[in-house]
Amino acid sequence: MKENGKVKEKVNWPITILLMMGLITIVFPLYMAIVIAFKQPSDMTNSISGILSLPKSWSLANFAEAMRVTDFWRSLFNSFLITIVNLVISIAVHSVIGYAVGRNKAGSKFYNFVYLYIVSGMFVPFAILMMPLVKQTAQLGIANVAGVIICYVVFYMPMNMLLYSGYLVNIPVALEEAARVDGASTWRTYWSIIFPIMKPMHATVAVLTALGTWNDVMTPLVIMSGGGMNTLPLAQMTFQTQFGTNYNLAFASYLLALIPILIFYLFCQKQILNGVVNGAVK
Amino acid sequence: MKKMNDRERTYLVMTLPILALFFCFNTLPLIKGFVYSFTNFKGYGSYDWVGLRNYVDLFQDVRVGKSYLFTIKMAVVSTLVVNVLSLVLALGLNSKIKFKSTLRGLYFIPNILGALVVGYIFNYFFTYILPAVFKMMGGPGTSMLASTRWAWVAIVAVCAWQSVAMNTIIYISGIQTVPADVYEAGAIDGATGWFKFRTLTFPLILPFFSINMVLCMKNFLMVFDQIVALTKGGPAQSTESISYLIYNNGMSGGQFGFQSANAVVFFVLIVILSVAQMTFSGKKEEQL
Repeated sequence: MKENGKVKEKVNWPITILLMMGLITIVFPLYMAIVIAFKQPSDMTNSISGILSLPKSWSLANFAEAMRVTDFWRSLFNSFLITIVNLVISIAVHSVIGYAVGRNKAGSKFYNFVYLYIVSGMFVPFAILMMPLVKQTAQLGIANVAGVIICYVVFYMPMNMLLYSGYLVNIPVALEEAARVDGASTWRTYWSIIFPIMKPMHATVAVLTALGTWNDVMTPLVIMSGGGMNTLPLAQMTFQTQFGTNYNLAFASYLLALIPILIFYLFCQKQILNGVVNGAVK
Repeated sequence: MKKMNDRERTYLVMTLPILALFFCFNTLPLIKGFVYSFTNFKGYGSYDWVGLRNYVDLFQDVRVGKSYLFTIKMAVVSTLVVNVLSLVLALGLNSKIKFKSTLRGLYFIPNILGALVVGYIFNYFFTYILPAVFKMMGGPGTSMLASTRWAWVAIVAVCAWQSVAMNTIIYISGIQTVPADVYEAGAIDGATGWFKFRTLTFPLILPFFSINMVLCMKNFLMVFDQIVALTKGGPAQSTESISYLIYNNGMSGGQFGFQSANAVVFFVLIVILSVAQMTFSGKKEEQL
């Protein structure tokens, strides 16, 4: 919305103030997590003021202990590995299938079928795939990070293919034909012309896929169960018993689990917001 | 069959392996789940065919019935709460305010945080902070999460806290698609406040409304992380969502076959709901 040439409206202060007050609902849980994470169990008297007051000293001891207990770096590494590898494969594979299907579904029954078949995968809840997938990945010997990545590549395929093939409508076929006249193969045309042009859609796909996989619990929980491997969210669940009633330690660990994505959001806020809206609206 | 040219062959080479992968990790497990639903498989050892036995039992099982009632109730209430709140928030964030982009950025934060960790943080809030507040106001001072009557409300609250962020962003982009001249024309006719919203803004953002309804409903019906973090299905199995029940009893409770039948019914429910919602909202948009 541009207000070019219009008289500038006055700032609506009542709404601004109301919205700022509403921020309490967002900030309070995070504030609570932070102050508890910095305290010791002995600082936590049973009154609310004892729990919610600022800590006397900002000691990082809880964080160090939480990192040790939950094997933080290893969980962080696993989360990164799964997210990044899945991202790279998803962008490569889903854009290719989006291209092949998007360019052919209008004139071919087969590709139209492929399109509808993959899109219908969106209706399949994980709950029904869960139990057979556990058996299947165990039989194939991929009840580990690799299995989780393969599952993600498949689960995100319907949505991402839809996004890519939708975006392709705006790219004129003439571009490819020109390359073809010059003697480039279909693969070459794809990688050197179409793939770079789809850059805005790569960003959307990357944001949606990365957010989804980074925060997902259920897939690694069932696929990697018993392997002794954790992702960052999974570690919080696995170590619930170790935390016991030491909430200070638990909250330090929760904060550590939230920090990477918060840092990411701080730097890529615009891309994330755009990506989320594009993905939902298209 | 006519001879394929080089281009058609390349397209096929692109498609077939990916199609095979999709089949192996989506369609194949779906079929297997369907097949298991006709057996008494425990998850290990040998098993027998039991025909439609699991399905018959499913409709008589009190625990399963309870989980469907809870999940649907929770999903419907959450969807309504989230859509009302996020519509109000979107209107606010889209009006002429100071610090617009900062406020939008901050209100989006809940959406990027992992649902499980958020659930654990709120678990503490509902267990210790809120009862203490109630106690100061003369209430009983017991945790909502320990009450079969109120635990579901806590789950709705946590789900809403995260989902409002997402839906608000979608509504904001919807409100921005309303052309300014519509409002100018409306202003000449004297449309303001609630009347303006009801007759101008809302009909024009109806597509976004239906997107949000579908998104919410589907996400909430599959609720899992929040249940794990807040109640683990308790107290007295009053907050067992369908996904949680399938996970819990199917994976470790020896009900692999039975819960497969449950998952098949759940799958059918999701498909019916998605199709119904799409045709319904599709019709409404056509009327405009």
